[in-house]
Amino acid sequence: MSATTPEDGLPYESPLPTSERRQKLRRKRAFRDGFSRYGVGSSGIGVIIALALIFVYLFYEAFPLLKPVNVAMETEFSVPWDTDQTSTLHLTLDRYEKIGAHFSGTGVITFFEAGSGAVRSRVPVPVPEGERVTAFGSGESRDRLYVYGFSDGSMLPLEVEYTQSFVRGVRQIEPELGFPLGEEPISLGDRGIADYSALTVVDGRGGYIVAGGTEAGEITMALFTTRTNLMTGAVEKQRRDFRLPDLGHPVRQILVNDSLRNLFVVDDRGRLFNFDIVDRNNPFLIEEVDLTGPDARVTAAELLVGSRSLIVGGSDGSVRQWFLVRDEETGEPRMTPIRSFRRHAGAVTVIEPEYLRKGFMTGDAEGNVGLHYATSHATLAMQQVTESAIVRIAMGPNNGRALVTGEASDEMRVLTIDNPHPQTSISALWGPVWYEGRGEPAFVWQSSSADDAFEAKYSLIPLSVGTLKAAVFAMLLAMPLAIMGAIYTAYFMAPAIRRVVKPSIELMEALPTVILGFLAGIWLAPYIENNLPILLTGLIAFPLFILVAAFLWSRLPHSVRELVPGGWEAALLIPVVIATGWLVVATSPLIEVWFFDGSMRQWFTDVGIPYDQRNALIVGMAMGFAVIPTIFSIAEDAVFNVPRHLTNGSLALGATPWQTMMGVVLLTASPGIFSAIMIGFGRAVGETMIVLMASGNSPVVNFNLFEGMRTLAANVAVELPETAVGSTHFRVLFLSALVLLVFTFVLNTAAEIVRQRLRKRYASL
Amino acid sequence: MREWWKSGSPWIWLNGGAVTISMIMVFGLLLLILVRGFGNFWPHAILETTYTHPDADTPVRVIGELRRSETLTAQSMRDAGVDIPGDQLLIERHLIKMGNRDVTNQDFGYFIDGFMDDWRYPEDIGVLERREWGDFMGYPLRLLEEGSTVAVGDELWPEFQRRLERSNNLYDEIRGIERGAIGRINFAIERVRLDERKAELRGALTDERRAELEQRREELQAEYRVLEEQLNRLYEAAARDGIVMRVADGQEVTIRLADIVKAWQPNNMSVLEKIGFYAKDFFDFIFGYPREANTEGGIFPAIFGTVVMVLVMSIIVTPFGILAAIYLREYARQGPILKTVRISVYNLAGVPSIVFGVFGLGFFVYFLGGAIDRTFYPEALPAPTFGTPGLFWASLTLALLTLPVVIVSTEEGLARIPSTIREGSLALGATKGETLWKVVVPLATPAMMTGLILAIARAAGEVAPLMLVGVVKLAPTLPVDGNFPFIHLERKIMHLGFHIYDVGFQSPHAEAAEQLVYATALILVLLIVVLNLTAITIRNHLREKYRAESD
Repeated sequence: MSATTPEDGLPYESPLPTSERRQKLRRKRAFRDGFSRYGVGSSGIGVIIALALIFVYLFYEAFPLLKPVNVAMETEFSVPWDTDQTSTLHLTLDRYEKIGAHFSGTGVITFFEAGSGAVRSRVPVPVPEGERVTAFGSGESRDRLYVYGFSDGSMLPLEVEYTQSFVRGVRQIEPELGFPLGEEPISLGDRGIADYSALTVVDGRGGYIVAGGTEAGEITMALFTTRTNLMTGAVEKQRRDFRLPDLGHPVRQILVNDSLRNLFVVDDRGRLFNFDIVDRNNPFLIEEVDLTGPDARVTAAELLVGSRSLIVGGSDGSVRQWFLVRDEETGEPRMTPIRSFRRHAGAVTVIEPEYLRKGFMTGDAEGNVGLHYATSHATLAMQQVTESAIVRIAMGPNNGRALVTGEASDEMRVLTIDNPHPQTSISALWGPVWYEGRGEPAFVWQSSSADDAFEAKYSLIPLSVGTLKAAVFAMLLAMPLAIMGAIYTAYFMAPAIRRVVKPSIELMEALPTVILGFLAGIWLAPYIENNLPILLTGLIAFPLFILVAAFLWSRLPHSVRELVPGGWEAALLIPVVIATGWLVVATSPLIEVWFFDGSMRQWFTDVGIPYDQRNALIVGMAMGFAVIPTIFSIAEDAVFNVPRHLTNGSLALGATPWQTMMGVVLLTASPGIFSAIMIGFGRAVGETMIVLMASGNSPVVNFNLFEGMRTLAANVAVELPETAVGSTHFRVLFLSALVLLVFTFVLNTAAEIVRQRLRKRYASL
Repeated sequence: MREWWKSGSPWIWLNGGAVTISMIMVFGLLLLILVRGFGNFWPHAILETTYTHPDADTPVRVIGELRRSETLTAQSMRDAGVDIPGDQLLIERHLIKMGNRDVTNQDFGYFIDGFMDDWRYPEDIGVLERREWGDFMGYPLRLLEEGSTVAVGDELWPEFQRRLERSNNLYDEIRGIERGAIGRINFAIERVRLDERKAELRGALTDERRAELEQRREELQAEYRVLEEQLNRLYEAAARDGIVMRVADGQEVTIRLADIVKAWQPNNMSVLEKIGFYAKDFFDFIFGYPREANTEGGIFPAIFGTVVMVLVMSIIVTPFGILAAIYLREYARQGPILKTVRISVYNLAGVPSIVFGVFGLGFFVYFLGGAIDRTFYPEALPAPTFGTPGLFWASLTLALLTLPVVIVSTEEGLARIPSTIREGSLALGATKGETLWKVVVPLATPAMMTGLILAIARAAGEVAPLMLVGVVKLAPTLPVDGNFPFIHLERKIMHLGFHIYDVGFQSPHAEAAEQLVYATALILVLLIVVLNLTAITIRNHLREKYRAESD
């Protein structure tokens, strides 16, 4: 558009766009401005929320560990049993917790819907003609194995099986009876003992054991072994009978552990007899233990899953856990009281162990039901369910539902239980726990094993100790080198070298730790093992020879010293350090020969110091190397930024450079150095790859320099990919990640605040 | 002396010594990686000698390559049960790589100096790098074709190399078909299966649809049969030649040329030839595929996986990091809350990387990935598509991990721009948005670049979180290939750092793999050093520039 002037007589035409277009443009610009403001704002806030989500999510995954257990009454109904006048021998639930089974004293098993009480079927146990059921016993709940004793002295072991089929995608479950030892009743021993007062059946390692005890105190047992012929596939059955020593007191309960090594008998006085049945031909009594003390009787006793622990309930309402602990003097395993749980108001009438965990439910004469967990030593819930005494409790295999019957026998109460992670109380995670079969309480991390009855052990102490151990040794190496180096670089070093030194050390910070870990594990660990003396000699030789070199330098004539300006000491020391290094390495075998009988490694063993090739020292060296740049860089900044007029003042007053350093510079910069150490420590705590590759990863609790460790971070890296989502193990690993996050976050925040204060102080000086 | 002590000068020297030690450690480490890493590809000389073990009577012949020598005390060897004469104080022992793992079951051995004859370096010893069982060392005797001798003596080796080239060409052809065409067919067949299942889930699996899918499957299988036949012919052709070698103990071993990758006679090579060999070896290492549980061959998939993952991560982290930094610096109201947020964001850079990995596995993989699978890939269930660790989740996790780096660096860049520039723009009537996007951000781009490069350098070296969210020891396919949709974000990848961990610590032939791990470490170090130096240069350049402008 050509510019026109009023002199031409033409009407004035503005070079600007029309007001309409300007309006439009302004709107467009305002819109763009707003778009930029809100667009940037929302994505900025989005990013911050995403970062905050890390905290929230880790907490969300770890939280269920500490959620309190919830036991609620689901429903209540009465089931018509086969006859009105019958007793309840046993109650169970199927694996989906949908079908209940009631074993009555008349020899009928009633299956009913656990949700409504509707009877599904009644299955009669084949009781011999004209006889009655007089005794009953059961094995571990997960085996679903039971034994009926009849009035003629014979007995019939049977199991309940649930067959499932799918009809149009809907699961159908049909219960039926199975007879592992044949459908014919059997009798124990050669004598026709008829009045059994206690029976048991166990499917253990090496066969089935059926055992019975009488009012007179006689005990008999039979071992059934089956062997499948590899060639013909025929099943061969063998049976051997044994007689145990008489007790002389009425037998109330017999329990056999599934290793088939011990047979426990409880008599009417509440005394436990522990028989060794390893040698089947010669069972003998190991010990006799008073389970409840003189003031009470044993009213219930049951083995926990894995049959190592015995839970004993007394007439005084006490609930105790016992298991075999190897006696320190004799080496014999002895029944030992381990822990007691919250006392019931009335006599304990029932103990019902969980199927796959070390938990159990108890019922008492006052109608209270308790839920306990053995390992974590916790009574998780205790509440009144009925008015009358509890007769039986059935715990579902998934620990989600329980059936409770009271004295009024057809009344059935259904409880829903929400108890996913009972193993992990605060005390179990952080305190010593007495695990089954161990001699004393201990801190153990052992999250997996091949054994069926094995219990995962989640103590965070070994991992935390390992983390601290690794971090502390790393700091021992890194702190002196980094801080001394920082002081020198910031204050004494000539600017020309400083420009090289600082970026090179900072570049090391970016070096992947996987490389450091690899070198530590593959190169350093075997090297140190073969040249152990260099640790000793190096520690002495390096400072010593540096001092000697410095002294010699000060004795040199002035003219020579003039050649090198101040601030070049570090460069002058390069040959000294290299020569010392060479000397230390070269003399290492000689020192071994002179002082350690030729092999320091062997000497350690002789002195009794355990030595692993990949140990805390190696980790400390590698990780120290990794944190040196972090500490160096921050500490150097702090020292370098000390205002010059302070140091100049000190020097002007006649202080030597070193006095100025110690008296003025260090004092002013100390908060910065402190924050550097904290950040370095935070980095050492969370370092994963170095520890993973250089430490051996054994979760031990000690501070031995020559043994390995396992840290929280390495443990997560190793175990998390293999664990089941949502399991206790999974959540414990999330918890350890959360612990790491919070710990380093707090450490870094504290360091950052210190640094900001320092910056303010420098500005005001 | 006392005066010298009182002057404080010894302390200064000690502090200086700390710097010297740190620097020597830093450069010593780099030197170690450089020497061992680059040394891997050099065709080292092969020695031959006889060795009489102190406990044995009969001497054995040893052919091998000297790996390293070390000095030990004689006593430590005696403790280990070796009968060393009583008067000897120190011994030197040599680690020799003898190869022939399948013949002798022992491809490495320690030999004590003083019990060996002189070392000879016969010119005709040949080394064969095989596709399985590691290297083979021995004297070439005869070249076979269909079992009958075609060359001996002087003409053997040149003829052998010619035939080896032929068999390698055949092998390349076979691999090309297997990886390319057959891989594509398998992918397509799987696609057909998924389509069928998808139609079934939707209730749209009509008979004609079924027939159509069946036909597609038939076609693919027909195509496959043709290829299979072609492959069989190639395999037959490749099996034609063989070479007979004599190993150290005199035994004769026949090796098919199809099993040999390359062959050389190190004692018979000039320096120039060795350099050429070296370059080719290095090239093969960078662009080759791993063999024998990753302990031999190249690391191309690991390099490729690392690069692709870092690229995807950059695409995610750059916009979000920069927008968050702009928000924090330019738009958010400055106050105590913002200060807390800023410190928290900065501190996330110091949070252990494994924590991000745990978050990535729990939230991204199981939570988000599971939801995506249920919504978009129901036909593949129960096999997870995104509900399992993979490239995308690895990149996303690393993006989260490096966000603070980008934010810090960008904020620093924004803060460094002189306020005069900003005010000038505003005074001319620009809106805040215009000032920001047309003046401030372009000036701060180099700072953002620095942040991005630092983020990439950090991401490339990070291993711990990746072990949880997507890295595997051996990925069957690359994440980018010719099958639609070309970039497969759900696939698992290989990674340089994890490769080091896996081969160095989990492999059955740790000793044989050691060299390869050093070489891998070297590549990783070079990558990261270059990235960091670039970032540092840009940053320094910037500082100078703005110092000049703000004056």
